[in-house]
Amino acid sequence: MAAIITVEGLTKSYASGFQALKGVDLTIEEGEIFALLGPNGAGKTTMISIICGNVRPTGGTVTVAGHDIVNGYRGARSAIGLVPQELQTDAFERVIDTVRFSRGLFGKPRDDAYIERVLRDLSLWDKRNSKILELSGGMKRRVMIAKALSHEPRVLFLDEPTAGVDVELRRDMWKLIGELRETGVTIILTTHYIEEAEEMADRVGVINRGELMLVEEKTTLMRKLGKKTLTVALAEPLAAVPPELAEWDVALKADGNEIEYVFDTHAERTGVSSLLRRLGDLGIGYKDLNTQQSSLEDIFVSLVHQEKAA
Amino acid sequence: MNGPNLRAIWAIYKFELHRFRRTLLTGLLVPVITTSLYFVVFGGAIGSRMTEIDGIPYAAFIVPGLIMMSMFTESIFNASFGIYMPKFTGTIYELLSAPVSAMETVIAYVGAAATKALIVGSIIFVTAHLFVDIHVAHPLAMVGFMVLIAVSFCLFGFILGIWAQSFEQLQVIPLLVIMPMTFLGGAFYSIHMLAEPWRTITLFNPIVYLISGFRWTFFGKGDVGIEFSLLFVAGMLALCLGVVGWMFRTGYRLKK
Repeated sequence: MAAIITVEGLTKSYASGFQALKGVDLTIEEGEIFALLGPNGAGKTTMISIICGNVRPTGGTVTVAGHDIVNGYRGARSAIGLVPQELQTDAFERVIDTVRFSRGLFGKPRDDAYIERVLRDLSLWDKRNSKILELSGGMKRRVMIAKALSHEPRVLFLDEPTAGVDVELRRDMWKLIGELRETGVTIILTTHYIEEAEEMADRVGVINRGELMLVEEKTTLMRKLGKKTLTVALAEPLAAVPPELAEWDVALKADGNEIEYVFDTHAERTGVSSLLRRLGDLGIGYKDLNTQQSSLEDIFVSLVHQEKAA
Repeated sequence: MNGPNLRAIWAIYKFELHRFRRTLLTGLLVPVITTSLYFVVFGGAIGSRMTEIDGIPYAAFIVPGLIMMSMFTESIFNASFGIYMPKFTGTIYELLSAPVSAMETVIAYVGAAATKALIVGSIIFVTAHLFVDIHVAHPLAMVGFMVLIAVSFCLFGFILGIWAQSFEQLQVIPLLVIMPMTFLGGAFYSIHMLAEPWRTITLFNPIVYLISGFRWTFFGKGDVGIEFSLLFVAGMLALCLGVVGWMFRTGYRLKK
């Protein structure tokens, strides 16, 4: 796959002295879904805004589809569709007019068939003649997506696409993202809903305090950083953890009916078999075993915490 | 994409004219009614007691001033709102992220606002004809002057719209600066009617030169020489273009 976006040494300092980005390097491959994770104020939106042309970089370079975002801004921006985080729409315009306007703004000739397809895909076709102010919040969000797709972008930025969005729209959005990927559109979404990244993304980047802490294939990331939890359902409840089990650092759960043991799947010795053997030696019977992979959220939280501790 | 983004200019231009169309009735009726009121009050009631100014009947004398005054207001109001509203609602993000140059943006917004100002100016001209007989000495120059004034003041309004951070700021310059300057700029009188030192002081008001220049296109004479008027129009145009250029280069109040 070829790179569609390259970010090198990107920095942004505001007049107040606040450093929103501290030298970010990132390459986005064409056709992938990339999720940028990070807590509020981490620099996600700043980075997107710079790539799209809404914020001026302090240092570093960005190219989109081979065009520098400053010197080749026409080429770069033509390739991008942006759906910002806030609901920002006209009020008195009709839905179809505002979407056509966006297409014209990006220099594309009028194409009613394409606009119809976009509006139908977003369940907006029936509302095409409504004024935007008459629409619900979720519908306005769809209008913003339609505007971003109106000029057939190669890269779609979704900044917090599902913040404050109802379940139905969220499901539609995921479906749409999947369909867009089929057509080869590269999608970059920021979110602090981890399950979103987990569900959709091919790769995940974690940004915190203006620094990109890691970029990894989602599956690799989860494997690499993944911890598993072994839950042992006991035959008889225990009042306390026997001292003989101290070396495993287990916890007693469910009123003494379960013990939980967290282990690293990549450790040379996971300690699972020795723990089970010891349980047998102690005569503690169990009726069920269950292991669970930690989610991206756990990984994310532990990463951000490490950073804070450091 | 290569070359200028003409489709974007057209899209913005259409969008802005569409915005005007939504308020078409008031947009067209207001200039007709205000012009009529001015004629009833100044032309009829007061004008009949006034002598001719430079051999021009008073009612005819005020026509160029009336057109200029409305065009100043319309140009500033339309152009400043056109760019202020996207800033206010946040939809400016789309403009900033579109493959559109600063020049194209200005052409589109200023072009649309100037179009409306010219329409309003023409309506007033036609309405005035219903009340007085006006013979225009230099019709081509008149149209040219109207276009230059519309573009200059729309540029000025565009700058205001970018500068303003509240609706109050948006209104303060037109109401507290432009309006008094227009009234004192000879819209309804010749500055020769003023006593010294006011006549000399008035010459520091740039609006005097603009109104005088426009009056020249009607009657072949003005308070000041037409060359000075043209100099002031050109100066204002250049100044506004310079400021707009600087705003886009630095991203002033548009981009962080």
